[in-house]
Amino acid sequence: MSNILVKIDGRELEAREGMTILEAAKEVGVAIPTLCHYEKLEAYGGCRLCTVEAEVRGRTKLVAACLYPVEKDLVVITRSEKVDKIRKMILELLLAHAPVARELQGLAQEYGADKDRFRKESSFCIHCGLCVRYCAEIKKKEAIGFVDRGTTREISFIPEIASQECVNCKECFPLCPTEALQAAFVLTQALSFPASSFESSE
Amino acid sequence: MDKDRIDQIIDKYEGKASSLIQVLMDIQEENHWLPREVLKKVSEKLGVSFRQVLRIATMYKTFSLVPQESHETHLCAHGKMSPTDAIKKYKIEKLVERINSASDLEELREGILSKRDSQKPCIAICNGNGCSHRNHGIIKAFEEELRKHSLEAKVEIRATGCHGFCEKGPFVVIYPEEICYVEVTPEDVPEIMSQTLVEKKVIERLVYTDPNTGEKIVRQSEIPYYKDQTLFLLGNNPKINPKSIHDYLAFGGYSALAKALFEMTPEQVLEEIKKANLRGRGGGGFPAGSKWETTRNAPGEVKYVIVNGHEGEPGAFMDRALLTGNPHSVLEGLIIGAYAIGSQQGFIYTRHDTPELLENIHLALSQAEEYGLLGKNILGSGFDFNVEVHLDIGIFVSGESSALMRSIEGKAPEPKPKYVRTSVSGIWDKPSNLNNVETWANVPLIINKGSEWYRSIGTEGSKGTKLLSLFGNVCNTGVVEVPFGTPLKEIVFGLGGGIPNGKKLKAIHFGGAMGGSLPARLIDSPLDFDGLAKLQAQIGAGALMVLDEDTCMVELNKSFLQFLTEESCGKCVPCREGVRQMLNILTDITEGRGKEGDIELLEEIAEVVGEAALCSLGRTSADPLLSMLKYFRDELEAHIKEKRCPALSCKHLKGGVR
Ligand SMILES: Cc1cc2nc3c(=O)[nH]c(=O)nc-3n(C[C@H](O)[C@H](O)[C@H](O)COP(=O)(O)O)c2cc1C
Ligand code: SF4
Ligand code: SF4
Ligand code: FES
Ligand code: FES
Repeated sequence: MSNILVKIDGRELEAREGMTILEAAKEVGVAIPTLCHYEKLEAYGGCRLCTVEAEVRGRTKLVAACLYPVEKDLVVITRSEKVDKIRKMILELLLAHAPVARELQGLAQEYGADKDRFRKESSFCIHCGLCVRYCAEIKKKEAIGFVDRGTTREISFIPEIASQECVNCKECFPLCPTEALQAAFVLTQALSFPASSFESSE
Repeated sequence: MDKDRIDQIIDKYEGKASSLIQVLMDIQEENHWLPREVLKKVSEKLGVSFRQVLRIATMYKTFSLVPQESHETHLCAHGKMSPTDAIKKYKIEKLVERINSASDLEELREGILSKRDSQKPCIAICNGNGCSHRNHGIIKAFEEELRKHSLEAKVEIRATGCHGFCEKGPFVVIYPEEICYVEVTPEDVPEIMSQTLVEKKVIERLVYTDPNTGEKIVRQSEIPYYKDQTLFLLGNNPKINPKSIHDYLAFGGYSALAKALFEMTPEQVLEEIKKANLRGRGGGGFPAGSKWETTRNAPGEVKYVIVNGHEGEPGAFMDRALLTGNPHSVLEGLIIGAYAIGSQQGFIYTRHDTPELLENIHLALSQAEEYGLLGKNILGSGFDFNVEVHLDIGIFVSGESSALMRSIEGKAPEPKPKYVRTSVSGIWDKPSNLNNVETWANVPLIINKGSEWYRSIGTEGSKGTKLLSLFGNVCNTGVVEVPFGTPLKEIVFGLGGGIPNGKKLKAIHFGGAMGGSLPARLIDSPLDFDGLAKLQAQIGAGALMVLDEDTCMVELNKSFLQFLTEESCGKCVPCREGVRQMLNILTDITEGRGKEGDIELLEEIAEVVGEAALCSLGRTSADPLLSMLKYFRDELEAHIKEKRCPALSCKHLKGGVR
């Protein structure tokens, strides 16, 4: 099998079959920003913040680095006017929902994103799906999921399961880049399984 | 709903996890809503997590998680219309024995033709979807009249699919004279019987009148609407009963399949489709031959072929007309494709909300199977192929190839984010070739008449004919079939009959929420995949909306974005949030809150959504908007700067009164 020679921001690397651009970039010390990626979970491709320019056989396309598999003679540019413009817009769109999320603020600074560009709709959740996927893939409890579609899509704890599993787990909480998960949990708990009837660990 | 009934439904699908969506549809149909306890039970029995069950139950508008009045449900006949029910209900012809060779097929065909008396009167009645709300009772009325006149044995009644000219439907065509009556009501039936069938007289008042010349035209094929089309795919709709395989066979049906199986190798079939340059009719215009080849060459023994009959584009109704009115033509194409690709399993993915369509598909499958045209050892050739029907339950994104394939697996219809084509890794990660209804229906034609003939029709890059559904501000709403290269003017003003109420044409819009609008001045452009794409108006699946001078382009674009907020999956940020914000901005503009910088912001969002969204829905969601910015920028600026709606349509703005 021939070697997969890849160039990322000018740094060359011999990549392994099945690697993504994101993984390859990490090996050569190039950081690509992500919001929905977490090594232990399957790649999701939801936030699109990791968008980079990839040149294959003379054609340049914009791809999600967390998903795009390396291939022979791939040339990647992780920062360009185009890429920065996309990231800035994505951050601005998300800041309308979660204006105080620390992770977003840090990135906003780097990409010059204006948190007040779009009208606020403080629903907090940025739909990264980390909570949902962590619970399903790692804990295998599936106590939280997405419901609905389009712009009304949201996360939802499933009270029947959450009341049994979550109180003593809460492992997904630190993964949430916003305060949405905490808020959703408190709400679900208040409505469906008030803390008084359970032994809370906190 | 009691537990046993749930068990029965689940057992019907052999408890397969992939049947989740179908199971929920059946329950919704019977119970009118999905109680939480029932969902839990389904989750346990199918071994699908409760989270996934909830995901699917909340993704579709069709499903209700709270009690509903029974009449509010949109699920119609599907639950009751199991294949066996459909067959029992409509078994109108006795099939003879299974056919085991090409010569058997020809013998059968000759037998059918010899028994047919071309002089026997036949009343063909449009029973298509566009007419069905008006033709209730016509068929019954004819049956009754025949009984009264004791003519049951002498006159045949044929319920057909859509005749295309829905504006003037319901159509009643009396053969052999081909006397065509339009806008027929049940009250007209006794007169038609006594005058036309018994006394052989034409009833003037029911005959089509050419609005331009005032001329009465008796024969259907001489009406300009029909005369000026090139009816390769839809031409048989008025002539056959879609529930009869014999009707299809009488018009040469399945001869292409026999030719492919016995005179051609799979490679030769593939080569022929490639040479014909058949391009996908579902929206992308992707060359079918090279997609087939990719699936054929992809590693793995198991391969799938799929008919995309989702037809989710608002205003599109041509796939339904074709699949309901002539299901065997699509099926024949699919079987030929399966042979070329090396697939033993096919799927037809189609709408749940058209009972007639489902009946006709199920019936076509069972008839084909009985005759040995489907199933094991087709026509004795050694080739095996089966087809399963999957219903979609109405969310636009499920027409997208990877979302559609998730749905067939029984999962939520979210596009797959991986960078691998479905033709290589689709349903259950197997190579899966998806084509549109109309694309498949072109296949038998190409095999029968050859790629050379096919290439002689159309333009340099777009070959053959295209079905279009004409709607909006146009005199003749309906389905038309024209060769590529036909000037749009001929379609809108010729076949379409122009704009009603003496209004002027403003624009024509192709492709619904993922398409584009062309201004009236470009009406001479020819129908062509690449030419129109260059003009920022992708043909899409072929829904052609005609817009008159009273249409506000900003309102129109608002409605497309509104549609997408409800019909996308909502997974990726650029699409979910970008569409939301574009809609917010347009709403502000139409309500008098437009401000400087709005256009630039719209352009910036459009660019980002177009480049960074996960699937084509998002990537093309701003296409209509971009065409507005290209051709109707003045109009948008008037809304923003002068707070004025030039079409006088936005009621919050100056002059907006209507
Ligand atoms: C959001 C979305 C909806 C679609 N809906 C349909 C549809 O209803 N029918 C269809 O044939 N293709 C639809 N398509 C296109 C399909 O993804 C696919 O390209 C097509 O079925 C392939 O067949 P073709 O090559 O014969 O056109 C849709 C695409 C997208 C992105
Ligand atoms: S709640 Fe938090 S972790 Fe979960 S999807 Fe929303 S933002 Fe992501
Ligand atoms: S582009 Fe829209 S429909 Fe497609 S994956 Fe993203 S959110 Fe879903
Ligand atoms: S990190 Fe790649 S799409 Fe979110
Ligand atoms: S449905 Fe009757 S003519 Fe179209």
